[in-house]
Amino acid sequence: MQLKKSLHAKKTTPVKKPLQGKKPLHVKKPKSISGALATATCALLGTHLPHPAAASEPFKNWEYDSALLYYSEQDRVTAVEPVISARNDMGNDQFLNFKFVVDALSGASANGAVPADKTQTFSGPSGQKSYSVAPNETPLDPTFEDTRFAANVLWEKPTSRYLKALLGANFSTETDYTSLGVSATFTYDANNKNTTLSAGASFSHDTVSPIGGAPDPFTEVPTSSTSGGENEGDDDGEGGEGEGGETKNVTDLLFGVTQVLSRHTLTQFNYSIGQSSGYLTDPYKLLTVVDPVTGDLVPAVDPNNTYRYLHERRPDSRTRQSVYWKTNHQFTDDVVYLTYRYYWDDWDVKSHTVDLRYRYELGRHHYLQPHARYYQQTAANFYRYYLVDGEPLPQYASADYRLGDMTTTTFGLLYGAELGKNSEFTFRAEYMKQSNQGYPADAIGKLRDYNLSPDVKAIILQASYNVKF
Amino acid sequence: MPRIYLALFLALLPLVVLTQACSLERVKPWERDLLAEKKMQLDPHPLESGLDEHIYFSKEASSGGAGVGGGGCGCN
Repeated sequence: MQLKKSLHAKKTTPVKKPLQGKKPLHVKKPKSISGALATATCALLGTHLPHPAAASEPFKNWEYDSALLYYSEQDRVTAVEPVISARNDMGNDQFLNFKFVVDALSGASANGAVPADKTQTFSGPSGQKSYSVAPNETPLDPTFEDTRFAANVLWEKPTSRYLKALLGANFSTETDYTSLGVSATFTYDANNKNTTLSAGASFSHDTVSPIGGAPDPFTEVPTSSTSGGENEGDDDGEGGEGEGGETKNVTDLLFGVTQVLSRHTLTQFNYSIGQSSGYLTDPYKLLTVVDPVTGDLVPAVDPNNTYRYLHERRPDSRTRQSVYWKTNHQFTDDVVYLTYRYYWDDWDVKSHTVDLRYRYELGRHHYLQPHARYYQQTAANFYRYYLVDGEPLPQYASADYRLGDMTTTTFGLLYGAELGKNSEFTFRAEYMKQSNQGYPADAIGKLRDYNLSPDVKAIILQASYNVKF
Repeated sequence: MPRIYLALFLALLPLVVLTQACSLERVKPWERDLLAEKKMQLDPHPLESGLDEHIYFSKEASSGGAGVGGGGCGCN
């Protein structure tokens, strides 16, 4: 009886389908009948019919996502960044994701020195190319150029009805930096899938191989290619030291809860804690040593150098924590995305980040999405604009403006269009501005006349295309 | 000082929202039509988020919060 029933069911399904479809009945019918007959035969013989797409399954159900990003700072760095990612639906809610990123950077970046009323000359990181900075200008190192390649793989696998594992590995390489990392996140669905708990951990082992070797911290920076050779070489006191350079280990833990609040609203709350240890110093950043009264440059100790600049020194560990909250709310069609993060670490950096996006539907298949982001941070406790001649050296010091008191504001607009059922195109343009306290109240002498940390302005353009097969 | 209160308020707000959520009526599986849409995913544009995270990681002193993993960079 059961056999009869199954035969009946298998036979009727293929015949019904062409009738519902748009294609003429006679095109589909023979195939369906043969399929039905094969199914019937297998059913009679008690064997299983292989799924028609089973053989080619690994190559089906792919989703591709690609993007090209152009980032350009006024008078400083320009980056071009193509990205491609592929996501394979392996069936049974298993997914395999691959992502490749190329990041080509060039341009100038602030080297940490302060402006002066004289021409300043510095030797590039390789000791080969030297560059000069005109009087009253912010010292920027124009020799900066690098290309980074990054690859990422992520495997999503449900381990039970409620539990899912996301296992990832990543690798990236650039001229002076290599990173190798793994990550694991587990999510648990509860409360009829209205609540999802997540716990994640990641570990990465990075190798820093500065061009010309990692300089010893607080040693005098050579200002020409012929000077200061004895100061260069592998550091023997700071952080971890590997054969190929300095090393850095980064561990992160995350605990989160995602809650469906209504048919229209979803919210997520995460707490993260992470630790970085090893070589955390920027080998290319330096600090100017200034006269305690006039704020002028002081002559170098090494007679081969012009003025006195020292390599920076940061602590060899950093503990970072953050709370992160995200809410998505859908109105009739439009969606608002609001994110807030509070971050703090043991370098005394504290920051607030608010990110707001509003997806405004223009019609059924395209939309506009304005974006605003506000970020404000306090300075690291060892951030200095400069060092003062004659004063004892602090334990740590860096003049990297990214560790100073800072505000970043970003405004942008994204246009998205659905091209057919399974593909989407987006384009966005954004403007970013970073403002620092350029005129510290306690600046010495002439330094009061200079903006010690001018604004950084950048534009971001990005085109993306997503397609699902 | 007011900044600390603001931070505390914003940090505790989600907890309040979540506590309130327990008293809300559960969304039934057949009512998840809107939540299932791509635009209602926690990260509807992961490539864009990845690029943004990379930009801000290299230009600011703070990072992380949304997830773990993703890879290192010599840019900071």
